Amino acid sequence: MHIQIKKFYYGDIPEENTGGSGNTEKHTNELSWPLWEVFIRSKQGLDHKHAGSLRAADAEMAVENARDVYTRRQEGVSIWVVESKHVHASNPDDAEMFYEPASDKIYRHPTFYDLPDELKHM
Amino acid sequence: MKNQHIINSVLHIADTTLILGQRNAAWCAHGPILEQDIAITNITLDLIGQARNFYQYAASLINEADNKNETEDTLAFLRNERDFKNFLICELPNGDWAQTILRQFFFSTFQQLMYQKMMHSSDNQLAAIAAKSIKETNYHVKWSSEWVIRLGDGTDESNQRMKNAIEYLWSYTGEFFIAADYESIDVAGLKHEWLEKVKLVFEEATLSIPENTFMQTGGKTGVHTEHLGFILPEMQSLQRNFPGVEW
Amino acid sequence: MSVIDLEKAFQDKIDKEIKIEPKDWMPEAYRKTNLRQISQHAHSEIVGMLPEGNWISRAPSLKRKAILIAKVQDEAGHGLYLYSAAETLGTSRDQMVEDLNSGKAKYSSIFNYPTLTWADMGAVGWLVDGAAILNQVMLCRTSYGPYARAMVRICKEESFHQRQGFESLLVLSKGSQAQRDMCQDAINRWWWPSLMMFGPKDSESTNSDQSIKWKIKRKTNDELRQQFVDMIVEQVKLLGMTLPDPNLKWNEARKHYDFGEINWEEFWNVVKGNGPCNKQRLAARNKAHDEGAWVRAAALAYAEKRKNRLKTKAA
Repeated sequence: MHIQIKKFYYGDIPEENTGGSGNTEKHTNELSWPLWEVFIRSKQGLDHKHAGSLRAADAEMAVENARDVYTRRQEGVSIWVVESKHVHASNPDDAEMFYEPASDKIYRHPTFYDLPDELKHM
Repeated sequence: MKNQHIINSVLHIADTTLILGQRNAAWCAHGPILEQDIAITNITLDLIGQARNFYQYAASLINEADNKNETEDTLAFLRNERDFKNFLICELPNGDWAQTILRQFFFSTFQQLMYQKMMHSSDNQLAAIAAKSIKETNYHVKWSSEWVIRLGDGTDESNQRMKNAIEYLWSYTGEFFIAADYESIDVAGLKHEWLEKVKLVFEEATLSIPENTFMQTGGKTGVHTEHLGFILPEMQSLQRNFPGVEW
Repeated sequence: MSVIDLEKAFQDKIDKEIKIEPKDWMPEAYRKTNLRQISQHAHSEIVGMLPEGNWISRAPSLKRKAILIAKVQDEAGHGLYLYSAAETLGTSRDQMVEDLNSGKAKYSSIFNYPTLTWADMGAVGWLVDGAAILNQVMLCRTSYGPYARAMVRICKEESFHQRQGFESLLVLSKGSQAQRDMCQDAINRWWWPSLMMFGPKDSESTNSDQSIKWKIKRKTNDELRQQFVDMIVEQVKLLGMTLPDPNLKWNEARKHYDFGEINWEEFWNVVKGNGPCNKQRLAARNKAHDEGAWVRAAALAYAEKRKNRLKTKAA
């Protein structure tokens, strides 16, 4: 497939070879603060939900940064952080064998069962 | 005169929180990393919010007593250098991150103790503002203590920068505990506890309290450093150049 | 699967409006296009803090000061969300920041214009954020999942930015003659640069628009610009102010406003680094980054020490 990319990416910014070089090699010797994933419980009784990520030197700072970055508008009552490198994820290539076998087990769903209308409380 | 004393003591806290907010605000867009840029700006917003509450209260007291039309903005933007009653430490330049977070630590630790007293004030309005503000201040203490420890016990360079900051700021902390004639809170009585808290954090940060005990004073009575005379004209320029209009 | 099949499956997903997620297969060019666009967008948020940050110390009331600080702070947050989204494509934030600071990466040219009076805060909020929001609302439906999610969060927060800008101008427009003059002057200066924010005309873009096919972008530059003009022409009436374009006229046949020609020479000059503030903006970013280096290093060193101490304790 021959791919041509439009010259302008974000609004008025031209030139293909500028920014986001895709080049992961860094030129400075500076070490980065680790990346953390942030999960926020928006109110009591609800699950923690992934909100985004951020950089922090340690866990304590990660929680505080999450508070400052992700709850400025009262979005949360509880925060979890986990260093991104500790998150293990399923592989999208496994999607077929992982998720499709569940698709024909329709008897797991309540709507599978045809019952008379007179039956109450079920 | 009692009323004037209350007004002055409210203005002292209002000016203090505003000037520190004004200084900290200069970090917005210039912080050492995005997350901390956002963090210190949250503290800035807290301080300016507190300043507004105190100015509004001061304005209502003044208007009641003298039949005037003061507002939070006339008090913040139309008073002069000698009228401002903020602590000297708040008007000092930000310096580096070490100096900024150390100032925050010294001040917030004092403010926390002061609000704890004010929460029990017989003046309901002051008690209410203190009760609301102390939640913010508790976080400022936590955040700034952690930074003091982190920098004190970080690298050789950060340790040296903390020492320089202590050297520069220490003599401005005595003012916290010397009551002005208008103050009713026993601030001298807070000194021991403040010192204990600072020692505890310094110990963990591998830092020590200076031997030097000479203390600068004057802020509470309007005798400032040379810095305030630059902060106010900048901050007040629009109100001064376009008097009496809405913004 | 062959690459051809993968590409077909990929395009099918896009056509079915299924979002692409970080670990999914994607054409290298899709990854690169997104990475560039998201990082440029992030850089724009970060550099965009500077022209407005310029007025924080001089905001004319305590309320305006608090609003302005909150807004500039939001932009830091938006930059952060976007860097995070870009990081999912395999480039670290440090690398992106380095590209920005070295001048290699670009950011939106609008932020190379100076903010000269207080009214500029209103005009930037209303016009610049207004233009940005049109882009961003479109991007909430972009095909790359992390980008779309970041945009949803940003749009939610951004909605107060444009409103506060307009409201601040509304106050000026009802104020003294000096305030009204200040208001009109700011609109005059920011109008054309705001139109430039949408980029060159569609007719100038000779390449086929792969970004639209991949649903990274969903509207062309000209479509968005027209939408913006139609919107602002109506809003400016409420301010009792005018837009500095004698050719603005309702076109009954097109059901849109016609407008004058953008000064493309100026546009390209600013893009090429000759804007009024290009050098100052980059210098400010570099200064903050360089002066923060010892802070970042100290925090890491302390974290490392503490980890080791805990280990020793446990052993």
